[in-house]
Amino acid sequence: MDYGNNRKAWLYLLPALAFLLVFMVYPLVDVCIYAVEERFNFASQTYTGIGLYNFSYVLHDPFFLQAVKNTFILVLITVPLSTGLALLISVGLSSIERLQRLYQTVFFLPYVTNTLAVGLVFMILFKPTEYSPGLVNTLLAAFGVSPVDFIEGPYWAKMLVMCLYTVWVVMPFKILILTSALASVNRDYYNAARVDGSSKWRIFTRITLPMISPTVFYLIITGFIGAFKAYSDEVAIFGTNLNESGMNTIVGYVYDMLYGNSGGYPSFASAAALILFMIVFTVTVINLTVSRTSD
Amino acid sequence: MKIVLQHLTKRFPARDKKGEDVIAVNDFDFEIPDGKLIGLLGPSGCGKSTALNLICGLLAPSSGRILFGDDDVTELPPENRGVGLVFQNYALYPHLTVRKNILFPLQNLKGDERPTKAEMEQRMLACARLVQIEPLLERRPKELSGGQQQRVAIARALVKRPRVLLLDEPLSNLDARLRLQTREEIRRIQRETGVTTVFVTHDQEEAMSISDLIVVMNAGVVQQIDRPQTVYDEPINQFVAQFLGTPPINLFSGRVRDGRLYLGEQCVLVVPGAEDGEVNVGIRPEGFVLDPEGPLGCELLAVEVMGRDTSVVFDHGARASSSLRAIIPSEERMHAGERSVRFSLKPSKVYLFDKVSGARIRFGGK
Repeated sequence: MDYGNNRKAWLYLLPALAFLLVFMVYPLVDVCIYAVEERFNFASQTYTGIGLYNFSYVLHDPFFLQAVKNTFILVLITVPLSTGLALLISVGLSSIERLQRLYQTVFFLPYVTNTLAVGLVFMILFKPTEYSPGLVNTLLAAFGVSPVDFIEGPYWAKMLVMCLYTVWVVMPFKILILTSALASVNRDYYNAARVDGSSKWRIFTRITLPMISPTVFYLIITGFIGAFKAYSDEVAIFGTNLNESGMNTIVGYVYDMLYGNSGGYPSFASAAALILFMIVFTVTVINLTVSRTSD
Repeated sequence: MKIVLQHLTKRFPARDKKGEDVIAVNDFDFEIPDGKLIGLLGPSGCGKSTALNLICGLLAPSSGRILFGDDDVTELPPENRGVGLVFQNYALYPHLTVRKNILFPLQNLKGDERPTKAEMEQRMLACARLVQIEPLLERRPKELSGGQQQRVAIARALVKRPRVLLLDEPLSNLDARLRLQTREEIRRIQRETGVTTVFVTHDQEEAMSISDLIVVMNAGVVQQIDRPQTVYDEPINQFVAQFLGTPPINLFSGRVRDGRLYLGEQCVLVVPGAEDGEVNVGIRPEGFVLDPEGPLGCELLAVEVMGRDTSVVFDHGARASSSLRAIIPSEERMHAGERSVRFSLKPSKVYLFDKVSGARIRFGGK
């Protein structure tokens, strides 16, 4: 081992390591410490003991339980739905020839649009005002359906808007990744399958899907993680007081505990964040295991 | 199953609006006899792969018809033609084992055609045995060598018992030694199955060595269809003569006067029956005989000993190809340090071609 070189290597790594230590490792450790300090007083920076009380409090907080429920509904609906739709659209996109570029651009637009601008569009679609019941309600009325308040109305209506919004926002990236994955599959495989008499469906399930499965798994895993971390999209539609509207998410709960109206509880926030971490960790491990075994 | 091509033509639209259409396959009109191994031979871009894709149905012809036996298959999609196709890169499905790759075409069959599970297994094993890959059935394609992948690809093409087997550049991805071995293999498999086989290649040696018939193509046009030896011995035009043979044929510009062939001022051969005028002269490397009294005097450049033969590189004032090379048996010792060499010519290895059209000019009654 050449120690001179070794030292040099560490020197070159130093900026990155310092950055990671300050902004990743220290906060992580700090979160773990906060999470076990009981009755921590933010103003006086004192606590009464070490234990799991913070976790117990958070797990018994109805707002947290509501946030967990919301997050799980969002994850379970939007991840499969957006990935499936994206796959469908990508396959469609790669099989058309005319105007392919145009369609690709159109489908990619939501990705480059600001979240809050998209939120505004959804407001126009769904939010009743003094002058109109919202575009969707106007359409529904045309079919004789009584108007629903999608923003402040029943839970299912709000959740529907939330899911639609999330799917719409996350899909462009998936379409982009999937179309490039599809384009990278050698055409000879399709030709070989055609000469061998495979039906289109069989080509898709037996050739195309397995070939792009690493990409699909990547999208599912990142999709799960992204959906578990949902927060800003909720704010864009329902405003900052998510607990009141019953549409809070876990990350929203963490934020509220830190800075919201009920803020100033870093211990509860840390405990909630760690619970979220455990959930995401478990789901990702399951995902990876599934993708390994199906490989 | 014989394959009949009737005035088969494929044009591709020009890239830009002003350009002319590209005619990749121009009026193919010939018959491939049943149970033979046919080599489609031509330089890169001559349309041979297009011709193959037309036969297998991946491309639709612009005009003309394709018949398998008496069946007109022109309008049939590839899956209904009963063809087996081996791709240049083999196109083995990387996520399936060898076994599943070979089974794949069988599992696509529907209705009455679909064999039972046991039958599929049996046919898969029979094909694996034919191409000698039985020990490799549980491997993935990436765990196989190029030659083994090639065999799997052939087995996959044969498993549904195609009427016609098509191979696109089957040997181009293999190294030299494997190529030699695999072409014997293709010949053997074709003999054992008796399936009419068409393969595409740009390598004349490959085509010559295993084909029953070779079809020489250039720029979308068939030049000559015949047995390999005949095409080599009796090329129909200058292109065919130049394309076949390693080392390539030597070219000179010559002149015929009073039934004699002149290279420069040297009268080198009597060519009875040839009309007077300027001609291109092609002489095969084996057409030169060392002869101190010979009529063709050349400047000696180099002597390359290759064991069995000796390759003599020389120059001549009437040279029209980039280099001139004669192959002589190595028993005939060359004297080192000589600056010139004299040859006499074997009339059967000398070809005259029209200066403009490149068509063969026959002489001496052949």
